[in-house]
Amino acid sequence: MTASVKSISFLHQRITGIWGRNLVIGFPLAFLLVFFLFPFLVVLKISVSEMDNVVFKDLLVWSDGLLQLKLKLSNYIFIAQDELYFQTYLSSLKFAAVTTALCLLIAYPFAYFMARSPADKRPALLMLVMLPFWTSFLLRVYAWKMLLADNGVFNNMAIAAGLISEPIKMMNTPFSLVLGMVYTYVPFMILPLYANLVKMDLRLLEAALDLGATPWQAFWRITVPLSKSGVIAGSMLVFIPCVGEFVIPELLGGPQTLMIGRVLWDEFFSNNDWPMAATVAVVMVLLIIVPLALFNKYQAENATGDRT
Amino acid sequence: MATAPNSKPAPVKTGAAPFLQIKRVVKQFDDVFAVDDVSLDIQQGEIFALLGSSGCGKSTLLRMLAGFEAPTSGQIMLAGQDLVGLAPYERPINMMFQSYALFPHLSVWDNVAFGLRRDGLPKDEIETRVTQMLDLVQLKAYAKRKPHQLSGGQQQRVALARSLAKRPKLLLLDEPLGALDAKLRERTQLELVDIIEQVGVTCVMVTHDQEEAMVMATRIGVMSEGKILQIGRPSDIYETPNCRFVADFIGSVNLFKGTVEVDEADHVVIGSPECKHYVSHGITGTSGMAVHVAVRPEKISIQTTPPRDDERDSPEEIGMNVAQGVIKDLAYLGSLTTYHVALDGGKTVVKVTHTNAARRDATQLTWGDRVYVWWCGSDVVVLTS
Repeated sequence: MTASVKSISFLHQRITGIWGRNLVIGFPLAFLLVFFLFPFLVVLKISVSEMDNVVFKDLLVWSDGLLQLKLKLSNYIFIAQDELYFQTYLSSLKFAAVTTALCLLIAYPFAYFMARSPADKRPALLMLVMLPFWTSFLLRVYAWKMLLADNGVFNNMAIAAGLISEPIKMMNTPFSLVLGMVYTYVPFMILPLYANLVKMDLRLLEAALDLGATPWQAFWRITVPLSKSGVIAGSMLVFIPCVGEFVIPELLGGPQTLMIGRVLWDEFFSNNDWPMAATVAVVMVLLIIVPLALFNKYQAENATGDRT
Repeated sequence: MATAPNSKPAPVKTGAAPFLQIKRVVKQFDDVFAVDDVSLDIQQGEIFALLGSSGCGKSTLLRMLAGFEAPTSGQIMLAGQDLVGLAPYERPINMMFQSYALFPHLSVWDNVAFGLRRDGLPKDEIETRVTQMLDLVQLKAYAKRKPHQLSGGQQQRVALARSLAKRPKLLLLDEPLGALDAKLRERTQLELVDIIEQVGVTCVMVTHDQEEAMVMATRIGVMSEGKILQIGRPSDIYETPNCRFVADFIGSVNLFKGTVEVDEADHVVIGSPECKHYVSHGITGTSGMAVHVAVRPEKISIQTTPPRDDERDSPEEIGMNVAQGVIKDLAYLGSLTTYHVALDGGKTVVKVTHTNAARRDATQLTWGDRVYVWWCGSDVVVLTS
């Protein structure tokens, strides 16, 4: 092959390579711009808009040669000062954190067991984890309602068995809320943990045993640190949607389970105060973005550190 | 290939009980005998190599020494202590793993300190020992690095330091240099032996690379299908293999199938289709027995004229240990040239290596040349199995 032909084909490859890459990256980027960033900007705009009965006033007002930018910040100030909103955010974060911790506690042994089971059994186990997704999420949460109600399956069975005489109040309590959220989100914790644990080089554990570590020490010193990125990924996947969860608190929660998703809904559809609702949403997004940014930073550091 | 010189002769301790005793060890996986009734004695300070191709059971045997597999039956004694039933972390044995198995999340320092910390040694003791180890493998400057920031050779040295840090009674090496490229391997082999001898630890290594075994080990056990076929110093195994498998596995060999015609105490004559073989030592066999005659390629002379009578070892050999043929193939390898000679009247092709001692070899043999190949009766090994 002559040099010129070689360089032309090389050039050709370069061009298709760059185009191909841009296309691959560009499509999801465009998707996110159109369906996430743009709507978010709309929400942001609404949150600082004044209402004139049913229409939003323009942010930019042009009159007599004077261009005015009017940002209504009173909603933000109100949120910052109002105890109720603060409590709601706090309780949302608290429920999300408890759910994440419980998911981790349940998912880690589960994922560990899956990753260490014989290779030919793993696809079946993975299928079992994903099986609930085949039924509507709403139906499954409703099913919990039937199970947990005062005259629900659990209480009836316990009474019939003579274990209790009065039904135990389970529905519309923090218990039922957390149970529902853990039940719904546990697969999102299992999958990244499994993906991480199944990749682990088992000879590292043998090396640890060989150097005098008991199996328990080897687990804490080797397996756990090496699965850190899986733990973080799973926790993010559970924590972030849990903070803003609406359906589960609506169906399984009660008066003691204040969640920001429900407040948001009320502001939009009961109070019809769209700017207030938008403000609540923006603050929530900011609350979620902070841990996400930290996670991304960690991931980036890890990625540069691990490549050789 | 030639036997490489060993840095030390095998330490021979007569009378003393062997340091490591493997007694009739069997390991059965389902119906397969991975290790089949192996007995082995290893002396203190020895570097013993288990040599064999993959699946011969050598790794299983090593894993039983480390404690990762339990023998189906048999006994393993180390310095008078029965190891069977002890967990890996209870054994005074450390292993350098194939491709090292360094902990990726720990620094070089923490990798080396890992075993010492598990023993709960005081901090300053750990500090001195790790420093000592890193000095030994010359990696002090890299203590803070993570394994992936090191080259293959450096990783190998970290693995060695980690396995020596606890001062084990027995060091196990699993394909110690398998992950290194050829050039680096050659240098590292001797480096590794130096360090092991400096520390004075008894060592069992597993390798499929005969050169590695010959360079590093004081004794070699050749394994096949779960059994040890022959144990001996590298030169014993190369020069006096006890069966066809060993002869063929270590280096290359020309095998002639024949029958014993004359069986005397000091010599035998074996007839084969290619030529008559005069063997200047007695064998344990009887007249008429079917045997194989093994001759190493470098022991064979090649020339265009028949060997002169005065060149032969003894007058009895005249007319024997010589054959005629045509050069079919020739490979110039720099230090030596390999000839493949198709012998007359048979399908046998003999491999002959000729050391290129002079820059321009006078013989200048080439393809298609008719040649004589001949060898001495003392360089022949008769294999009965």
